[in-house]
Amino acid sequence: MKNTVFPGVLVVAGLAAGVAGATTLEDVQARGKLNCGINTGLVGFAAPDANGEWSGFDVAYCRALAAAVLGDPTAIEFVSLTGKTRFTALASGEIDALSRNTTWTYSRDVDLKFTFVGVNYYDGQGFIVPKALGVNSAKELDGATVCIQTGTTTELNLADFFRANNIGYEPVPIETNAEAQQQYLAGACDTYTTDASGLAATRATFEDPSAHTILPEIISKEPLGPLVRHGDDQWADIARWTLNALIAAEEFGVTSANVDEMASAPTDNPEVNRLLGTEGNLGEMIGLPADWAVKAIKAGGNYGEIFERTIGESTPVGLARGLNAQWAEGGLMYAPPFR
Amino acid sequence: MSTLTDPPKASFRLSMLVYDTRYRSLTIQVVALIAFMLAAAWLINNTLQNLAELGKPIDFGFFAEPASYDINQRLVEYTSRDTHLRAAFVGLLNTLLVAVLGCALATVVGVLVGVLRLSGNWLVARIMTVYVEMFRNVPVLLWIVFFMAVLIESLPSPRDFRGESPEASMLLFDSVAVTNRGIYIPEPLFSRSLGDLSLGVFDVSLDLVAILAVLGAGLWGTARISRRAGRIQEATGVRPVTWYLRLAVVVLPVLAVLIVLGFHLGLPELTGFNFQGGIYMRNSLIALWLALSFYTAAFIAEIVRAGILAISKGQTEAAAALGLRSGRIMSLVILPQALRVIIPPLISQYLNLTKNSSLAIAVGYMDITGTLGGITMNQTGRELECVLLLMGVYLCISLIISVMMNWYNTRVKLVER
Amino acid sequence: MADLSYVRTEMVPEQAPPPSSVGVLGWLRENLFSGWFNVLLTLLSAAFITMILAAVLPWLFHSSWTAGSLNECRQQIAAAYGEHAEGACWAVIRERHLQLLFGFYPSELYWRPVLAFVVTFLALAPVLFPALPRKMLWGSVLVPFLVPWLLWGGTLWLPLTVLAGFGLGYVALRGVSGLAGGLGGVVAAAAVAVLWWLFLAGPVAQGAHALFPLGLEPVPSRQFGGFMLSITIGVVAITLSLPIGIVLALGRQSDLFILRTICVGFIEFVRGVPLITLLFVASVLLNYFLPPGTNFDIILRVIIMVTLFASAYMAEVIRGGLAALPKGQYEAADALGLDYWKAQRLIIMPQALKISIPGIVSTFIGVFKDTTLVSIIGLFDPIGLSNAIRADTNWNGIVWELYGFIALMFFVFCFSMSRYSMYLERKLQTERR
Repeated sequence: MKNTVFPGVLVVAGLAAGVAGATTLEDVQARGKLNCGINTGLVGFAAPDANGEWSGFDVAYCRALAAAVLGDPTAIEFVSLTGKTRFTALASGEIDALSRNTTWTYSRDVDLKFTFVGVNYYDGQGFIVPKALGVNSAKELDGATVCIQTGTTTELNLADFFRANNIGYEPVPIETNAEAQQQYLAGACDTYTTDASGLAATRATFEDPSAHTILPEIISKEPLGPLVRHGDDQWADIARWTLNALIAAEEFGVTSANVDEMASAPTDNPEVNRLLGTEGNLGEMIGLPADWAVKAIKAGGNYGEIFERTIGESTPVGLARGLNAQWAEGGLMYAPPFR
Repeated sequence: MSTLTDPPKASFRLSMLVYDTRYRSLTIQVVALIAFMLAAAWLINNTLQNLAELGKPIDFGFFAEPASYDINQRLVEYTSRDTHLRAAFVGLLNTLLVAVLGCALATVVGVLVGVLRLSGNWLVARIMTVYVEMFRNVPVLLWIVFFMAVLIESLPSPRDFRGESPEASMLLFDSVAVTNRGIYIPEPLFSRSLGDLSLGVFDVSLDLVAILAVLGAGLWGTARISRRAGRIQEATGVRPVTWYLRLAVVVLPVLAVLIVLGFHLGLPELTGFNFQGGIYMRNSLIALWLALSFYTAAFIAEIVRAGILAISKGQTEAAAALGLRSGRIMSLVILPQALRVIIPPLISQYLNLTKNSSLAIAVGYMDITGTLGGITMNQTGRELECVLLLMGVYLCISLIISVMMNWYNTRVKLVER
Repeated sequence: MADLSYVRTEMVPEQAPPPSSVGVLGWLRENLFSGWFNVLLTLLSAAFITMILAAVLPWLFHSSWTAGSLNECRQQIAAAYGEHAEGACWAVIRERHLQLLFGFYPSELYWRPVLAFVVTFLALAPVLFPALPRKMLWGSVLVPFLVPWLLWGGTLWLPLTVLAGFGLGYVALRGVSGLAGGLGGVVAAAAVAVLWWLFLAGPVAQGAHALFPLGLEPVPSRQFGGFMLSITIGVVAITLSLPIGIVLALGRQSDLFILRTICVGFIEFVRGVPLITLLFVASVLLNYFLPPGTNFDIILRVIIMVTLFASAYMAEVIRGGLAALPKGQYEAADALGLDYWKAQRLIIMPQALKISIPGIVSTFIGVFKDTTLVSIIGLFDPIGLSNAIRADTNWNGIVWELYGFIALMFFVFCFSMSRYSMYLERKLQTERR
């Protein structure tokens, strides 16, 4: 009697099954939606509000990409992924791009067959300790209980760091950031280690942030960036240059406020003109309309605006630009020329 | 309906495969087998094709590579330079540890609650009912994270033990420390230890072996004494009093061995960030253990209650009429019958508990799901191999438990006429 | 001789029982204070209850309902109840309760899951409560088509064309069995229906939709979450697992060796592994097993795996029901000359299923509770959502309120279902006597 729904589900499944074969760009355009993989919840980087609207630093990149490809920053399907499921989801084609604070490593690039399209946040693994503990360096943490988030590179870095310095520790693996924070605050671990950005974000939400300090050691390089599958260079180019467009826009002072005005007529700066499509045919080369970058920038502003709005110093997360400042200001954000 | 008057024709027609009951079952089976094999072939073909496309052929070679992550809870030696295979083995032992501990505690609590639910004391019976309903009707995952949160939030952290007037202090003459990182209890140490015996995969403490050997010999001795007492009883009708002899045979040699080995307790002590020394039961283990035990105990309590209620009152009365004392009634009449009802569902609860222990990752207890199905899978990207192996391991554990259950069932089966 | 009768000639008037054995006092004495052991137990229990209440009650009521963030909550509570008061921050529940119930389902469409829930319950009512008229069952048949349409939206023509597949199959059954006998009819019906669903139903539905656009706004299953997701997975899995479970149970009892081996192998395999490994299969492996390029969303994959999981347990429940039937029923069916399927359909299954309903309900409770495991593979069931809510800067660090709310909701659902199953068990017991 009730078995009748099964064929129905199969039919729905059959309809939902995407037929691959075409390029990712064509797939996305045919679908009318971009499937973008994000975190299940990380303060500042990706979190849903009461209406279920996602926002955050990683989310903003997805929106820019959707705007560049489809012209609409809301034509997007967010797929929240855990550390465990993220790579499979990308490899299987469930998502078109992954923007989930993922560290660019050799084996992920080469062995897991993904293309990292750039770095949107230069991070490094750090430690946070309560000031009362009187620890000033990570090397003084001999015998300490360390909370770590599993499913990330942090646990490997941690094992290497303590092994290299020949000091003992007690790892406490934890599934989510929220739980790690709870354990740390209750004193169930002496220190919590994760990317320094995450530590700052976490400290920002403490009742008394000044009672905690982030140790000076950064024990790893964690270049975080969006990634796509190997094998579709056109799509990788689109993803890469969308990110570069956001970074370049900041460099040239193109903001979400003035982008319309600057795109309405050619400006004095030829590179800005090429970026915004008022000169040359960069859009055509990549298979997108001429104003793709305009839409991407309008979606959430340039790189600097996104940073300030989601994780910058005015937000509770309160991250300084540091390494992530423009190259002209001493940072590492350096977009190749639009030419 | 065909009639049975005509003898079946000798000649074979193809339609007989379908319509003749002699062949029909064969036909159905062959069709089913072909369909099954086709489906399996289709799945395997798809998998191989997909893996080839991703450039990840099935390969278990990664098991020999260093795991490069640390595991806090380990029953055998393990460092981050050991292989993924050894990490999986450490995880397996952790799974078995929590499963065994959980089954033991769940049985004790379950039986207690089951009996108390039938108690004449209204308040106690009500509390037990509330307990059972509360635990049965809320998901076990929620209980696990809940217990973890309670442990973390309500117990003192090691730094509360420090200072001139510490907020917390150790229990039982400074031998047990209860912190929100876990519980430290004294550990047995031997000043004249015999050392360890390496068995390749893991080491065995020779001290433990010696104690167990002596204990085993003592138990064998008591069995002999009690057999001899039985023979005397049969011959003379009087059973000699042997309990002190039996006690001495068990206890004295063990005591002697302990003294020879220089047994003493290693007390936990607060040094540096943490307590050092003693046996350290981590938070994650305790939370998982308690949550699984209390959750399963709620089901066991119902099983026990049903088992006791299933024995008719006439049995008790008949036994009393035979002149048995109440203790004997319980042990000779009620329990053997109730156990027959209780044990099979009890073992399937053990099975459930073992399977539920896979939720350990929710609290960061490194069981086999956390090592093989968690970090190893994540770091190597070998999902297929890891998940299949993980399922295989659980399947083996389950099969072993069910084989034990079947063995028990056939042993206690009522012989019916 | 004097009359020395010592026999009482009139009855002594009935006396009131001593005050210590009647009324409140008597009850207390009987149930709480009979013997020193009971007194001890009672005192211990009372102390235990007081301790729990003393710890929980102030926290429950020293609460804030209006704050917009955890810090604001703390300030409000400190202002209202003193500096060190510990209180619950129920404001998070006030702000997020709809999200916990419906996930990211569009808020203006909340009526659809609610309606689907009500419709499902109405459809189940004639099955669950035998007092209701049997005719309502005909309505229940339509519900499996109506509910997915309500939840996922899309064109109305899709469920209609799927339904039409059954009609076509029936027509084929009638038409072909006249020509080629009963078996040919069944084969033809199955072939027609499957071909229709696989190749024609989709295009026909799209075509019809293009001509007469009738439909609801589609909602992708990504947006399902919270209790709605748990209930959807649970109900769909149990509904689908019932027929599969029946087939597996019959296969396990059959005399055909190969069929039995396949069924036993499947049942024991699924029951031998934890659900979480099956969910890993759903999240990371299922795509490998399907033809290259096939890709459907994670919630459908999870539903498939949970359905397989539930069917193995369902098969065991139904096998129990089959085993509980007296052998006379099978023999009577044979004696009437019914063939296997007719005997199953008319005699065995109706009785076996009826006996199994309590078991089916408890399987459902189990599956419903187990849906929380999907949070481990990143879906937003209530526990997954609670993590996402804690990732919001406003509510970072909140624990008990969310867990408490989720636990309470699960308790209400599961407890009422288990009460129902107990009622049914009692009823079945009395019926059989």
